[in-house]
Amino acid sequence: MHPAIRINSVTKCFGATLALAGIDLEIAQGEFFGLLGPNGAGKTTLISALAGLVRADSGSLAVMGHDVQSAYRSARRLLGVVPQELVFDPFFTVRETLLMQSGYYGIRNNAAWIGEIIEALDLGDKADASMRTLSGGMKRRVLVAQALVHRPPVIVLDEPTAGVDVELRQTLWRFIRRLNGEGHTIVLTTHYLEEAESHCGRIAMLKQGRIVALDTTANLLRQFSVHRLRLRLAAGGELPAALHARAVEEAGCWVLSFADFAEVEVMLAQLREACCPISEINIGQPELEEAFLAVMQRDA
Amino acid sequence: MTGFRTLLYKEVLRFWKVSFQTIAAPVLTALLYLLIFSHVLEDHVQVYDSIGYAAFLVPGLVMMSILQNAFANSSSSLIQSKVTGNIVFVLLTPITYAEFWLAYVLAAVVRGMVVGFGVLAVTLFWDTPLLVAPLWIVVFALLGGAILGTLGIIAGVWADKYDQLAAFQNFIIVPLTFLSGVFYSIHSLPPFWQSLSHWNPVFYMIDGFRYGFFGISDVSPWLSLLVAGASFAVLAGLTLAMLKSGYKLRS
Repeated sequence: MHPAIRINSVTKCFGATLALAGIDLEIAQGEFFGLLGPNGAGKTTLISALAGLVRADSGSLAVMGHDVQSAYRSARRLLGVVPQELVFDPFFTVRETLLMQSGYYGIRNNAAWIGEIIEALDLGDKADASMRTLSGGMKRRVLVAQALVHRPPVIVLDEPTAGVDVELRQTLWRFIRRLNGEGHTIVLTTHYLEEAESHCGRIAMLKQGRIVALDTTANLLRQFSVHRLRLRLAAGGELPAALHARAVEEAGCWVLSFADFAEVEVMLAQLREACCPISEINIGQPELEEAFLAVMQRDA
Repeated sequence: MTGFRTLLYKEVLRFWKVSFQTIAAPVLTALLYLLIFSHVLEDHVQVYDSIGYAAFLVPGLVMMSILQNAFANSSSSLIQSKVTGNIVFVLLTPITYAEFWLAYVLAAVVRGMVVGFGVLAVTLFWDTPLLVAPLWIVVFALLGGAILGTLGIIAGVWADKYDQLAAFQNFIIVPLTFLSGVFYSIHSLPPFWQSLSHWNPVFYMIDGFRYGFFGISDVSPWLSLLVAGASFAVLAGLTLAMLKSGYKLRS
């Protein structure tokens, strides 16, 4: 079985700027994959190369085994891309936009699936409204719908929730999770790391055109992030000296980092031994944001 | 072919939705030219012995409208799609560069023909032109529309902003169409301008088109067909090469 996406030694320069510096990446079919990185890391360039909007200087890219240059027609039929920019054609209604997008992919009589997408993305009330009258959030929904009209097995979402409200995010993620559950491969780029953390099974982090971390989300969290024991001491309480080395004071609380839950018992024992009164205690999960920052700083 | 047909449909629908601007306005402009020029020059200019000036003017105005609107259609659609970014919706799809070219050219021809019919229809109130050789009329109308539609694609792809497109239109297309014998026979020009006109391919399109109405022309319609056909082949080849290379569309 071909991987959903195969990228081999892809490089791309824009003038003197090296946008992609030899990217190798394979994404299996059915994955929910995250592509993270700071602005200018090369995420959008990589997606654009995959979509045929940018031509790689060297290397090759394939979608479901179809090279994006030599077999571009097949590759593009298998790929749906939600662009980052909020672009639209002001001449048409939502339904016209979707019907035409479907036609570009060679699909006629697609009204049933388009109707389903419209419903799933809560666009029903606006289906016959002109694109230019829609709010930013609604336009974003149409962008997502346009990427899905041809039922592509591989869907790339380039910052799909940038600047949109909570309701759309929930609607969108519900639909995307459903598609992923039905076997569609999802590739997501986002600056909202909590979204990547909660949806992506595997993540690649890019920096200056290079992949600097590639692993499952769980492994990245384990490797680059820590659990936290957050304590609020009661009046008169004083943190034992033995815990100071791993403690940081934040907003009136002590935050103690640990990698293994066995350490919690040790820390609590030290607190009991020092008769330290505690008024509040909770354990925080590792966060992808922390792992992301750790990776970026490691490779600074 | 569904992708090509859809793109063609979309391009036709795009100008049809703003038909006041894309059809009615150029028809009115041509009508004003006819009113003013025929009023001022009818008694002073006799181009061909048997044909009044207003009748002479009509085919030229029809063809000029076809050419200018064909150019405007493909060029404005492309520049607008590029500037707003929605060109990406076509570039992401499996539509080939040849289908892309053909859809934009045919849509440009459709708009040119619609405007041309409009101009012809309103000018019928002034003078009913003869239709000596209708096939030549159709051939030159289609070919002229296709040439300027193709040129519109080149301009639309090349231009990065509206200002550049306006410069292309005002400094190349308008002089070529105005100095092509729309308002006069090139035989009335001084020798220098007469020979210069023979280097203007638009002159052959208008002259050949006018031949279809009156059976009279400055040069043989076959020569006009040859020049127009060669112009189309060269421009089409250039445009296809440009689109295939991804020039200014795929970085």
